[in-house]
Amino acid sequence: MANLTKKKRPVTRILHWTIFLAVIGCVPVIFGGNAYHMYVATLIGIYIITSMGLNLTLGYTGQISLGHAAFMGLGAYTVALMTLNGYSFWLALPLGVLITFVAGLVLGLPSLRVKHHYLALVTLGFGTVIYLLFSNEYEITGGFSGLPGIPRPSFFGLDLSSDIAFYFLVAAFLVLLTGIALWILNSRWGRAFKAIRENDMRAEMVGVSLLTYKLLAFAIGAAYAGIAGGLLAPLMKFVDPTSFPVHESFWFLIMLIIGGSGRFEGPFVGAIVVMLLPQFLRGTQQLYFVIFAAITLLLLIFWPGGLTGLLDVFFRRVLRRNPPQLTK
Amino acid sequence: MFIQLVVSGIAIGAIYALVAIGFTLLWQASRTVNFAQGDFLTVSAVLMFILVCLGVPFIWALLITVVIAAVLLGFVVKKGIIQPLIDRSYTTIIVATIALSFLASNSVATFWSAQCRAFPQIFGMTPYRFGSIALSRQNVWTIIIAIGLILAINLFIQRTKPGKAMQAVAQNREAAKVLGINISRVTTMVFVMNAVIVVFAAMLIAPVFMVRFDMGAQLGLKAFYSAAIGGFNQIRGALLGGFLVGVIETFSSAYLSTEYREAFVLVVLIAVILIRKEGLLGTEER
Repeated sequence: MANLTKKKRPVTRILHWTIFLAVIGCVPVIFGGNAYHMYVATLIGIYIITSMGLNLTLGYTGQISLGHAAFMGLGAYTVALMTLNGYSFWLALPLGVLITFVAGLVLGLPSLRVKHHYLALVTLGFGTVIYLLFSNEYEITGGFSGLPGIPRPSFFGLDLSSDIAFYFLVAAFLVLLTGIALWILNSRWGRAFKAIRENDMRAEMVGVSLLTYKLLAFAIGAAYAGIAGGLLAPLMKFVDPTSFPVHESFWFLIMLIIGGSGRFEGPFVGAIVVMLLPQFLRGTQQLYFVIFAAITLLLLIFWPGGLTGLLDVFFRRVLRRNPPQLTK
Repeated sequence: MFIQLVVSGIAIGAIYALVAIGFTLLWQASRTVNFAQGDFLTVSAVLMFILVCLGVPFIWALLITVVIAAVLLGFVVKKGIIQPLIDRSYTTIIVATIALSFLASNSVATFWSAQCRAFPQIFGMTPYRFGSIALSRQNVWTIIIAIGLILAINLFIQRTKPGKAMQAVAQNREAAKVLGINISRVTTMVFVMNAVIVVFAAMLIAPVFMVRFDMGAQLGLKAFYSAAIGGFNQIRGALLGGFLVGVIETFSSAYLSTEYREAFVLVVLIAVILIRKEGLLGTEER
């Protein structure tokens, strides 16, 4: 892995952040007039947050999670139920994050003791059970009629209920969480995560506590999904179980692989491509599933770096005329 | 009532056991956790249904489906998808089979139909009566056919040369290679075998469930649970797990709660993982 130890130069890093912030700032200038476009842009931001969490878990630590839709649902229902009962969004969101983080720990603990595929199995089962809870506990969750009328938050008297203001709230979270993810990855934790992904036996031998770091990576990934869910509820002003079925988790996985799993830009590229393409091509949802699943398989087999990896090579070849250097 | 419940629990459990055996065979031969197992089932059921609708007699429809499934879900999947990924991490193969599952079920929905269709009742409708007990034909024949198949699979693995090669690969890949067993060929054979098993499971389940693009999703998951509860690396584990899951599910939905019947199985699974992580009959893996 070439980028395991590579540290970016400060200039490059500042350049990347400038581009990132500029893109976020430009979206409302260009699309601000259209409520639907703003909705899609906000949704993309939320999906980037979820995939970023999945990237920490899967991409950087090599563990699979098929419960990300459920974690997102937990966050969404926590925020929905609390804000509908008069509590502040700013109290509800941290609680949602805490709940998903703890859920991540509780799920990870039994399954990480055993083998990789058990985590897949247990998270998948967890997704099923959470979906059942959302649909069957009418008194609390409203069952399939869902919970309508979720208010959008305000921030110290600043009203965030307009589409553009809410977009900026999500964007602020996206920037914050991007920063946190970068910080984690460059810290001791991040190095431990990558060491586990590359070779867990070797990592353990040099003194990385496998269970601790695997649990951490899994729970942080879950918490990211929890935040995304907590933002999704006020965006849609409505939650119902059909937003968080099990196959939604598969969808996040596909998003991440298409973008480039284990690459920092992967979730951004993946979420944007997967969300935007259907806006241009009209067709049934199932057709996109077919197309994206096929792309995912092809990328896995021929280009595990995903679209980000492809772009990387493209830029190197075209701009610098250097021979492409694939990861070893 | 009790006996009927036991019989229908065993019948559904026999189907889970069949699918789970396919699952464990794949795991033992190639360390593939096949998340598309349920969708293999859907594809087989749809193929059979289309053939029957075209007027092909049932037994021919079954045979043609077996051949198509063996080629498509066995050979092509192994050579095209699993082979290139086999040296990468377990996680990569899991993600690949999830993508395959998505591809299969949504292809069925897009290119065939998203509606559900009733599969012909191949075993007939009138129940068998033993005194005061009435047993559905479907359940009785499911148990007979499934057990017959399981015995056949067992015989194949224990008595024939290719079967013994499979065992060798499952026990120790390196040693098997040294002894001159063509591992790739054995793995391909296991994939084909799994596809054939799945077709029979599809035949047994299709009259009960409707034919629908997502009919296999729950079934694949149950088979997965069964394999994990019984032991991932043992055929008898899958067998025990399958029957257990079937019976637990039937009884919990009859006496406890229909909404949460999926949850009970999951609780059992987590308990098993916590107490005996290799499954009830599984053995420690290196």
